[in-house]
Amino acid sequence: MNIHEYQGKELLRRYGVAVLDGHVAWTPEEAVKAAEALPGPVYVVKSQIHAGGRGAGRFKEDPNGKGGVRVVKSIADVQAAADAMLGKTLVTKQTGEAGKLVSRVYVEDGCDIKRELYLGLLVDRDTSRLTIMASTEGGMEIEEVAENHPEKILKVAVDPASGISGYHCRKLAFGLGLEGKQVASFTKFVTALYGAFIELDCMIVEINPLVVTGAGDIVALDAKVSFDDSALFRHKDLEELRDDSEMDPKELDAVKHDLNYVALDGEIGCMVNGAGLAMATMDIIKLYGSSPANFLDVGGTANAARVTEAFRIITSDANVKAILVNIFGGIAKCDMIAEGIVVASKNLSLKVPLVVRLEGTNVELGKKILAESGLAIIPADNLADAAQKVVAAVKKAA
Amino acid sequence: MAVLVDQNTRVMTQGFTGAQGTFHASQGIAYGSTYVGGTTPGKGGTMHPELNLPVFDTVAECVAKTQANASVIYVPAPFAADAILEAIDAELPLIICITEGIPVLDMVKVKRALGGSKSILVGPNCPGVITPDACKIGIMPGHIHKRGSVGVVSRSGTLTYEAVAQTTAAGLGQSTCVGIGGDPVKGMDFIDVLELFLKDDETKSIVMIGEIGGQSEINAAEFLKKENFAPGKPNKPVVGFIAGATAPPGRRMGHAGAVISGGKDTAEAKMEAMAAAGIHVADSPAALGSTMVKALKG
Repeated sequence: MNIHEYQGKELLRRYGVAVLDGHVAWTPEEAVKAAEALPGPVYVVKSQIHAGGRGAGRFKEDPNGKGGVRVVKSIADVQAAADAMLGKTLVTKQTGEAGKLVSRVYVEDGCDIKRELYLGLLVDRDTSRLTIMASTEGGMEIEEVAENHPEKILKVAVDPASGISGYHCRKLAFGLGLEGKQVASFTKFVTALYGAFIELDCMIVEINPLVVTGAGDIVALDAKVSFDDSALFRHKDLEELRDDSEMDPKELDAVKHDLNYVALDGEIGCMVNGAGLAMATMDIIKLYGSSPANFLDVGGTANAARVTEAFRIITSDANVKAILVNIFGGIAKCDMIAEGIVVASKNLSLKVPLVVRLEGTNVELGKKILAESGLAIIPADNLADAAQKVVAAVKKAA
Repeated sequence: MAVLVDQNTRVMTQGFTGAQGTFHASQGIAYGSTYVGGTTPGKGGTMHPELNLPVFDTVAECVAKTQANASVIYVPAPFAADAILEAIDAELPLIICITEGIPVLDMVKVKRALGGSKSILVGPNCPGVITPDACKIGIMPGHIHKRGSVGVVSRSGTLTYEAVAQTTAAGLGQSTCVGIGGDPVKGMDFIDVLELFLKDDETKSIVMIGEIGGQSEINAAEFLKKENFAPGKPNKPVVGFIAGATAPPGRRMGHAGAVISGGKDTAEAKMEAMAAAGIHVADSPAALGSTMVKALKG
């Protein structure tokens, strides 16, 4: 689960991580109040969306205007900046062409920036440990730094048994060329951030840039915080930070019905059991000359109700010209799925061609149910046959 | 010979009396595997009402009384890491965790506890391990398997079934199938399983199925290049497939570990690395069996 920058900073502040003072605002008037509560004379107005590249991004309504993060020097300018952002659509490198609607801005204290660094915490698959990454290339996209200058990324892996220690922080600090009181300030910062990561079950925490101020303090200028969805059960309070408007409505719908769904831009709707097979089904559709409209793992406990919800979400996408159901029953039983398909097709009076491939547990029973249903279902014998038939159905309809 | 499990494997179940534990233990028994008992804390001293096998409070007690040498875990995600840690503490040689959705920081601790322990972990978030006609531990449908010569290792459950069905249809059958699971932090990785397959006489060829996300397929390809496809090495034919060529970057595709996060973790990069190492890469998930038949003909 991703959250907004201002929410992330608020949380990190509670764990002793140094962030600048700031307040969220939903209207230009609130932005003025927010600025008045800050010391000034420099303010930063930042669009709050779940995507990076905001500063370099441009608003759809004003493509030649300024970006989604603006440094201003008066309260009147805070109001003007907020007015230019709120209710507008910000397009950045990460949002795609559609952009994202800015419904709130963060008004933050200005800061005397001496150096910009990068700091990121995540669980590294290779070491199976929480790894702290730091780089002198603050403000840059870390993927680009990793690609072009891997030597500029410093890494330390933390043993979960002993936790973070001073030497981890010093190793990074000296590697970054910090000196004097900056080292102690950095150590305090990283230790607090590590604590927050562990306590909150984070997936990724990225501070980019991390700033060294003129006074030698270490402060987070930006904060990207995302949580491990699997651990949210022990953080009920974090749920309220979820911003539904940031999600695709079909995906939001799917989450509510406990379905694993990712919207894509193709024309063949897919319902599959298992994540790997679901991805492979998308791949084979592409291989046969069409493209998938979605990823959907219906899971092992599929029944009529789940299949109906899955079909409803798939067909709510206007681009869907045919549906491919691909089930290899292990825990999922083909007869249960078949019954689900029959009920769902009737309930939703399905209008697009439907190709069904069933295999595995109770397959004969499942095939019999489909054959006797009287529905115009196109049966397929295997994965290749299924892909071929569904692509042919789409081409024929076109 | 097969690997990891055989007719001498004595299986215990953690989460024994729950719906999942009960159902899959009964399926394992029906398949002909040896299931000896299990744990449900608080129900120790009773008999499983459907399976007529003893229930214990702790794993250590279950091992002492039943001589179990493998444990399969169906405990719900919030308590699953604890269940794995208990099994490690009881020194079970093989632990197979089926549970999906264990918090990643819990698995970081588990992984630390595995280091230097007497246990091997398979999973979590995996279908399990099966040696056809000998021992089935996990949730895979037994009837699609056939004892034979192909070792199967995969990050995906249902895609493993696909590989099994296709190698069975090709008349080859499987030595052992190992689902290593779709989580970013897990027990055995590709290399660990491949090492066993290379040493195993019954395994004449290997199917490995990967996904987008992470580096482990690339590491495995490098490993095979050195330890398999080299003079004096086994040179067993290997067929590979990577799911997720059409997945968009930055999106988690069901499995917690299946997300392209930049760099060399795309399907394309992995398939390239595999082909460069000497692995026969199937372009379609429907061509796993036919690619293997071709590879065996040389």
